[in-house]
Amino acid sequence: MKQEKGMTLIVKRITKVTVSLIFLFGVYIVLHGHLTPGGGFAGGVIIALSFIHLVLAFGKEAALKRITDTVISVSESVGGLLFWGIALLGLVFAGTYFLNFLPKGEPFTLFSSGTIVLCNIAIFLKVGAGLFAIFLALALFRITDDKQEGRNGL
Amino acid sequence: MVPLFVIIPLAAAFLIPLVAKVRQDSARWIANTGAWLLLCFSIASFWWVKNTAIVYSVGGWKPPFGICMVLDSFSALMLLVINLVGCIVLLYSLDYIKKYTSPHLYYTLFSLLLAGLNGLAISGDLFNLYVFLEISSIASYALIAFGTEAEELEASFKYLVLGSVADVLILFGIGVLYGRVSTLNMADLARSLQGISLADPVLYATALFLVGFGLKTALVPFHAWLPDAHPAAPAPMSAMLSGVVIKVVGAYALTRVIFNVIGITPLVSTVLIVLGVISMAAGVLLAIGQWDFKRLLAYHSISQIGYVIFGIGLGTPLGVAGGLFHLFNHSLFKSLLFLNSGAVEYATGTRDLRKVAGLSRSMPVTSATSLIASLSIAGIPPLCGFWSKLIIIIAAFQANHIAGAVVCILTALVTLASFLKVQQYAFLRVVDNVSREAREAPLFMRAAMIGLALLCIATGLFFWPFMESVIKPAARVILDGVRYAGMVLGG
Amino acid sequence: MSLYALCSILFSIGLYCLLVKKNLVKKIIGLGIAEYAVNLFFILLGYRQNGEAPIVDTYAAAGQYFVDPLPQALILTSIVIGLGVTAVMVAISVRIYEKYRTFDINEIRRLKG
Repeated sequence: MKQEKGMTLIVKRITKVTVSLIFLFGVYIVLHGHLTPGGGFAGGVIIALSFIHLVLAFGKEAALKRITDTVISVSESVGGLLFWGIALLGLVFAGTYFLNFLPKGEPFTLFSSGTIVLCNIAIFLKVGAGLFAIFLALALFRITDDKQEGRNGL
Repeated sequence: MVPLFVIIPLAAAFLIPLVAKVRQDSARWIANTGAWLLLCFSIASFWWVKNTAIVYSVGGWKPPFGICMVLDSFSALMLLVINLVGCIVLLYSLDYIKKYTSPHLYYTLFSLLLAGLNGLAISGDLFNLYVFLEISSIASYALIAFGTEAEELEASFKYLVLGSVADVLILFGIGVLYGRVSTLNMADLARSLQGISLADPVLYATALFLVGFGLKTALVPFHAWLPDAHPAAPAPMSAMLSGVVIKVVGAYALTRVIFNVIGITPLVSTVLIVLGVISMAAGVLLAIGQWDFKRLLAYHSISQIGYVIFGIGLGTPLGVAGGLFHLFNHSLFKSLLFLNSGAVEYATGTRDLRKVAGLSRSMPVTSATSLIASLSIAGIPPLCGFWSKLIIIIAAFQANHIAGAVVCILTALVTLASFLKVQQYAFLRVVDNVSREAREAPLFMRAAMIGLALLCIATGLFFWPFMESVIKPAARVILDGVRYAGMVLGG
Repeated sequence: MSLYALCSILFSIGLYCLLVKKNLVKKIIGLGIAEYAVNLFFILLGYRQNGEAPIVDTYAAAGQYFVDPLPQALILTSIVIGLGVTAVMVAISVRIYEKYRTFDINEIRRLKG
């Protein structure tokens, strides 16, 4: 008998609709971080939640087909390095660490606050990848009696 | 220049996971390069801070509106301690970590720990201090559990619980202070708190900070996590924990907040003196009966931190200078002792003093450096420990704390007895067929131990110029108290 | 004053749970409660009567009376830190269960002396 991975058919149908909506909502919160509450961290958590939703509904192979180990690990490091790089560019170009050196356009529009949008994107990469990696590491850790399995190095 | 202390180790910590996927052993070189650069900068910082404080406004926002980083003589001393011990411990780890799987994770966590400690030492804002304290705490929780054996996990969990209690207490104290004066910049806080210094919220915040930072620095009665956590960690991490973390995260932060922000009062001074004396006595009495080498060293850490807090709590120029000098010396000789115990464990596979013998013939470098470190911690002239203990005892007599001075002297004698036992059992006695096949430690471990031993001897021989140029300016910053606000905010 | 008292009560419930309970998972939950209590205390410190949410939407809103926005930014940082510590605690508890086969701290006592 073929074993069904994940949850029931109703959950799977609904998940196919809602995953992209959750992802889009997370991206909206990240990009509007300087206008509305939220920003990088909250948006990153929501995007990680969309991937966790996939894992819960379809089983871990489905999520891992879409976004592999290496992609998670690399995007986490790239997010951290991007944030560090933006702060350092403030030091190099404009003289003070972390200075907001990009042009600040019209207030209350989308591209209006210099480096804050880029910092939000860097934070969302790191937080989203990090949270999803923590969830995968804890969910895939299997306790066996003879051999220890686990995920490390992520 | 000031934010480089945070930029460099963070770069190392973020780069290593990326690069280690491609080349496994590049992690060691990135981490070591970062640490040596930091050491050069921290030595150079003594020239930058001659009698003044460098204030760096992050992001261009001037204090008190923005976060600022303040580098003054006290911070320069702590940066020297952190980066010196960090460099030498990283050198030692080049060989020691080969026993564990995934060494690049160790280097990442270690760089994060260095970033957190450096940021804590140069932070000028109270909440920024809390954030860097958390970064270094989380890195050390993960590093203690690095080997994932049963005992290491248990020790790490114990440290986690007590460390988290300390963190929430500190955050609560910061909240109480913020509620009173609505600013978080340390200089601005010092200025605003001057008129209202023993009013109820400030006293409540002082008590919360004493308990929180006291937990982090393992004062008695908050010491319960230290004898489990320090032996269980890998040896270089034990050296870093006992030699640096409990001092920077505990004693430095406590001194900075109580002396420079809230302002020392006779009540708080008495509490610090009492806690210091109890720590001295309890630590050394608990250490006598220990047979596990690292557990014995951990109990001695408790008693030596008691010396530091006693000296700083005295509040006199000589007392504070003695306390700071003892802080520096302890980081040197305690790290050296932990590195020695790591070498003994690497060679013989055990930490029990009853099971090893006669190592002075098979491991000459380890036993020689261990002899120097044991004489230092017991206070034998002309090594460094003697001068700092002498200064603290003289300061105690001058300040009329005769009971405290007597406890200092007795503790020094019992410490001497305890380390004579260590030397006798592990290195000097010769018993047949035990530890014959122990071989000397590998090259980098030997180099690290010899480096620290030479520093112990040099600090002991040249203690007077060292006191004048490094310790006395730091003590002056502490004793200036809330006039620190004037130095930072400019008038 | 009642603000301090009520947050302190919630904080002590969390601290009691963290220190007294014998199950590792209950300790983690206790730490969560203690951290939420401190975060709540911090945010409530920023409240001003008749203040609006501190979001500037249009030019006309720039002169309004807002609640204090600084604690809100600080608590965001503090929540992230709490998440990090909880993640490390849970990971260590999972591995402790694998080694000791129990969550009861009375059984997890190999370190003595």
